Amino acid sequence: MNLPTADFGAMLAIIIMGAVSYLTRAGGVLIMSRVPIGPRVQRFINAMAGSVLVAVIMPVALDGDTAARLALVATATVMLTTGKTLAAIATGMATAACWRLAFG
Amino acid sequence: MPLSQDTSHTRLDAAGVASGFRRMAPLCLFVVVFGMAFGVAAPGAGLSQLQTLAMSALVFAGSAQFAALDLWGPEIPLIALIATTLAINARHLLMGAALYPWLKGLPTAPRYASMLLVSDSNWAMAIGDFQRGERNVGVLVGGGIALWLAWMLGTLIGVTFGAGVSSPQRFGLDVIMGCFLLAVLLGGKTDRRILACWMAAGLAAVAALKWLPDNTHVIVGAIAGGVAGLLIPPKASAAQDDAP
Repeated sequence: MNLPTADFGAMLAIIIMGAVSYLTRAGGVLIMSRVPIGPRVQRFINAMAGSVLVAVIMPVALDGDTAARLALVATATVMLTTGKTLAAIATGMATAACWRLAFG
Repeated sequence: MPLSQDTSHTRLDAAGVASGFRRMAPLCLFVVVFGMAFGVAAPGAGLSQLQTLAMSALVFAGSAQFAALDLWGPEIPLIALIATTLAINARHLLMGAALYPWLKGLPTAPRYASMLLVSDSNWAMAIGDFQRGERNVGVLVGGGIALWLAWMLGTLIGVTFGAGVSSPQRFGLDVIMGCFLLAVLLGGKTDRRILACWMAAGLAAVAALKWLPDNTHVIVGAIAGGVAGLLIPPKASAAQDDAP
């Protein structure tokens, strides 16, 4: 099924895209409101929360250049030693910037 | 019942929104740059300026929007557009599910309104807060408003001034996002059990990146980590993991 871009077709496609996006945002909450949350489901959810972040970060670590990888290592190091989020991110960015300046 | 499920204090107020907005603001600078890239790319793919702005406002998801540009032409394949949007944004389903134990303390209307502007970074900030015992959903909403405004501002600058930003990677947006999410991840409490779950998530995500279709790695990794959490029983001494 194709929508012609002319007239309101493109706008309609955009509105449909927006609706689908909101469905994905609200859908998880809606589904969980129908699922009884026992200790097992709670364990699944707790483990999944951090796992989403791990999975999102993976391509940066995997496909990133040396600067990107060093930035992640620097961020992790500062975060694990000081526990300060902003300092960790700043160190990561500075590391990437210095590396690109020197070798990029 | 573990403390983290105690939703009696869940609330959504202006102070929380303001705090989320303020804390998300530093990252927003980079979101503006990414928005500019979209504002330049979309008219190039045939969208009008108004359509470009409408897409940023309603969809508010960078990767899905860039993917949609590949489908744009004199005619738009609707099924492919819906399937692409669903596939890329499906991780929101898992993110919403993870928030549910906290959101269920809100009445229905604010609960679903809070999900309107969820994206990776404000979700990560909020879930980190919630796991530490914060009960103000405003952090999620305020962070979302900051990101949305930055995304719209970037798109507007892009469509207005045109050329300039072609590859946002050059500005290190992917790197700063990665650093931010990693810092949030490591800011929470960890033990060997949760590290094992993350290991499973990471390996599954890598496998999905290598062998499965694009954009499936987040879902595959998250579910693998969740299943690992289900299978590895918490030790008696680790029961405090569930406490904020």
